[in-house]
Amino acid sequence: MTSLEHASPATETPMIVMEHVDKWYGEFKALTDINLAVRAGEKIVLCGPSGSGKSTLIRCINHLEIYQKGAIRVEGITLGSDPGTIDAVRREVGMVFQNFNLFPHLTVLENCTLAPMRSLRMSKAKAEATARRLLDRVKILEQAEKYPAQLSGGQQQRVAIARALCMGPKVMLFDEPTSALDPEMVKEVLDTMVALAEEGMTMICVTHEMGFARQVADRVIFMASGEIVEEAPPEVFFSNPSHERTKKFLGEILHRH
Amino acid sequence: MNYTLDFTPVINGLPSLLAACLGTLGLAVGGMVLAIIIGIGGVILRDSPIRPVRWLVKAFVELIRNTPFLVQIFFIYFALPLAGLRLDPTPTAIIALGINGGAYAIEIIRGGVQSISKGQVEAGLALGLHKSQVFRLIVLKPALRAIYPSLTSQFILLTLTTSVASAIAAYELTSVAQRIESDSFRSFEVYGAVTLFYLVMSWLLMSIFGLIQSRYFSYPVK
Repeated sequence: MTSLEHASPATETPMIVMEHVDKWYGEFKALTDINLAVRAGEKIVLCGPSGSGKSTLIRCINHLEIYQKGAIRVEGITLGSDPGTIDAVRREVGMVFQNFNLFPHLTVLENCTLAPMRSLRMSKAKAEATARRLLDRVKILEQAEKYPAQLSGGQQQRVAIARALCMGPKVMLFDEPTSALDPEMVKEVLDTMVALAEEGMTMICVTHEMGFARQVADRVIFMASGEIVEEAPPEVFFSNPSHERTKKFLGEILHRH
Repeated sequence: MNYTLDFTPVINGLPSLLAACLGTLGLAVGGMVLAIIIGIGGVILRDSPIRPVRWLVKAFVELIRNTPFLVQIFFIYFALPLAGLRLDPTPTAIIALGINGGAYAIEIIRGGVQSISKGQVEAGLALGLHKSQVFRLIVLKPALRAIYPSLTSQFILLTLTTSVASAIAAYELTSVAQRIESDSFRSFEVYGAVTLFYLVMSWLLMSIFGLIQSRYFSYPVK
């Protein structure tokens, strides 16, 4: 039994529900009335201009950002002020960051075993076996004893994906996972994400990789100024966007690529 | 210059001087251990959600860093018995050195903690680790690595400051040297030898710090 197999196929049960979520940074309103339901196994791509609130939105799901209004439920757990619910949600939700955020003082293997051992109280032997299997899955097992600084950006990001998967999450959040990479390394990370999607993982990806969105997304969500402007299946989203802002954004981003 | 060097008192006093070097190293190591504990504890408390706790740590750092060590050690030695706490000179000296070094260590270690990117903390939290685990398992080691040179030079300074403990007659090199000097009046020879002993002890500690660095803080960074 591997962590990936925990993910169930797409069903109608919403795994993540966001209801009327508002967030302010002081006077600045970062999110306005966010409503979103993500079914198990669903793949969502979030896009939009910078500052539109995409990262803020997914960071609310695992409570790296606090929000002032509305409710978020993950696997039936309502994120509340009770720290217990935050920990419970974080154990179910894996996150991959733009800047990898691997722990520099730990080897690749130790990066992967730290949280399972400390948070899930997994034995060292079991945590290492899980880590090795997942490092193998992201095709980087041969680097297990190296330190992050000895790896390329693409390799580091694949380790970061494996590290998140070691917790056996039911959902994976990706916050611009390829934006900090050199162009030649983008593909190896996207390939890993596509493989993960094909295995049925529930995923929310903030990315401007529109090829990836076309290939794996069930829904593409376009955000601007902290609001969800438009959401549609990729074939509709790309060929027939309904909002002006979406058209403008797609014009700019597809032109650039 | 008609001064005739006479190292006889130094040579005769060598066993007690060498033993006193161990006393000095004992004060230094004891002080460092206490300083590290106060330093790390202070850094944690300085970010406490409770405002008076943060305020207390800041006040402690201000007080210690802006008053002379000689006064601090006298205060601890003479004032505490009035509060019913009577300690021998040597434990008093270790406590004073630890408190003094701890105040500096708080500021140094805090700089290291601040140099760690927020992303490291977020990655730890996102993996389900508690705040205290994130600090202990993720932040602390890279933070200590970042400030290791400053911290160790502060600790060399702490080692040299042990000589001030002679003022309360703690067992250490300078007070033993003072006794030999006042018995023999061979000030130049005695303090010349003592200078050399301090130099050797500093070198010894620096090489131990170097070993610790290569053993614990040598992971590669970009």
